[in-house]
Amino acid sequence: MILRAAFVAAAAAGGAGIVLYALAWALVPAAGAEERARPVRRAADWRVAAGVALLALSGLLGLRELGVWFTDALVWPVVLATAGGALIWRQSAASGRGRTVAPHESSSAEAREDRRGRLPQLALGGTGAVPALRGRALGRTFTGVALVIAAGLAFLFLNGALGAVRDVVLGAIAVAVVLAVILAPWWWRLLSRLSEERAERIRSQERAEVAAHLHDSVLQTLALVQRRSHDPREVAGLARRQERELRTWLSGRPPARPSERVAAALEATAAEVEEAHRITVETVLVGDAPLDERGETVVAAAREALVNAAKFAGRDAPVSLYAELGDERMQVFVRDRGPGFDLSAVPADRRGVRDSIVGRMERRGGRAVIHAGETGSTGTEVELLFERRNGR
Amino acid sequence: MNADPATLPRVVIVDDHGLFRAGVRAELEGVVDVLGEASTVEQAVQCARRLEPDVVLLDVHMPAGGGAEVIRQVARTHPGVRFLALSVSDAAEDVIAVIRAGARGYVTKTISGPELADAVRRVAGGDAVFSPRLAGFVLDAFAGSIPVADVDPELDQLTAREREVLQHIARGYLYKEIGVRLGISAKTVEAHVSAVLRKLQLSNRHELSAWAVERRLVG
Repeated sequence: MILRAAFVAAAAAGGAGIVLYALAWALVPAAGAEERARPVRRAADWRVAAGVALLALSGLLGLRELGVWFTDALVWPVVLATAGGALIWRQSAASGRGRTVAPHESSSAEAREDRRGRLPQLALGGTGAVPALRGRALGRTFTGVALVIAAGLAFLFLNGALGAVRDVVLGAIAVAVVLAVILAPWWWRLLSRLSEERAERIRSQERAEVAAHLHDSVLQTLALVQRRSHDPREVAGLARRQERELRTWLSGRPPARPSERVAAALEATAAEVEEAHRITVETVLVGDAPLDERGETVVAAAREALVNAAKFAGRDAPVSLYAELGDERMQVFVRDRGPGFDLSAVPADRRGVRDSIVGRMERRGGRAVIHAGETGSTGTEVELLFERRNGR
Repeated sequence: MNADPATLPRVVIVDDHGLFRAGVRAELEGVVDVLGEASTVEQAVQCARRLEPDVVLLDVHMPAGGGAEVIRQVARTHPGVRFLALSVSDAAEDVIAVIRAGARGYVTKTISGPELADAVRRVAGGDAVFSPRLAGFVLDAFAGSIPVADVDPELDQLTAREREVLQHIARGYLYKEIGVRLGISAKTVEAHVSAVLRKLQLSNRHELSAWAVERRLVG
């Protein structure tokens, strides 16, 4: 209704009124658009635009019939140019708005990424929210530009001035082609040199990174190895730690998350005990499970068992850590090949350790069994088990 | 340890690091009969065909195809030669690849001399040598996480007993100890391990190799 009333007013004012009206339309929705949801706005925009275009067309044709008219050669190009100009103008206003919105969107996207624990993807996060908007904006701008150019051409054509323009355009194109042929090789060389330089810069950056890493890790360890060469156990420990670190680095795997997964936590624990007690822990892990309350319990109990094994087992025999992890069931074995011990002659402190393992597991509804002195095995094996209750 | 050279396993050492070959040779001195060494895939294939050793100690990582390529070429003409893979790598895909190519065992280069000698003897005797880590990989590979292909269900699953044996290996038990614990003979334990090895090699589910690749990504 408003549109129609406005149209009537515009029609009364003649051609100039149409121009004013089109401009007004271009500005009004842009101001009110933000309240509406985006998809609705988009659909509504096009309906309004089509309606206005049809009404304006019928109004113009009506005026033409009535004789309120300048000439075809002037009015049609002006109408086209107005429509195009309105599109461009409106779009520039909208993209200004888009710029103020985009940083907020991208920062919240990054925050989401961080919360999920992934690497923040700056390049994607920064632009990810905008492309759809930007594509549409570009389309509109192009449409606007095309309309204005078409208007200019139509005006020139209808006034018989196109021939001159064509000559000028041809001349310009010829000059452009000539320049392109002359400058192309130079331009090409410049481009390839730029990309070469960029690659070289990346390479040297990588080299510097590798060098820095090796310097901080391998070279330090080698220096330590030379200084501690009288202590084979220490040297073996250093080599082992360096090996583990280098392997992780070379594999390019995302860094393990010992605070989230049981397998990573067990691995980290084994490495820690290895270092602290100068033993070798042969770790074999099957499956994985999230580090919930039970996972934390099993890791803590496994640490006790490993420390225990390190203290009481012979130092030269490796300690075995084997775990089968799943959502339904977690089973961990820690085995040393020490001399074993007589249950009746258990030292008091060792009994304390046992209690801390068994008690800890049972408090969370799990089970811990200590196998010692059984047939077919030397040494002691601690078995830790969690099973989902409905599974039993 | 028998010092009679006539009964010692005859071994060829293949590794592209000369220093490492010398180290292995020194450790195995007197326990096995080292017939020769090779440092490339081509040399290794020639060497194995000419000398026909009982066991080829094989580095997994070498230029031009690595250990798996050596196994494939030698096995075509000399199926009697057995391979024991020896590597610094403990990445699952390397292990599975070389086992599937036909190696009868896999040990890491940090293994001690006596253990290596024992492994060589067992491979020479036709047994399979599973390190705890390899047992873990196999258990993982045959776990329920991989959909069981319908091509050959027999080959695509481990029996309960095989699983039990592998778990004990992963826990650090020796064959002898496993036999006592499970109430079977050490020979039967070895038979189970060989059966697992056969399944690993013959199972034609490609998921097995896909698993290995995937696992690296999953970590």
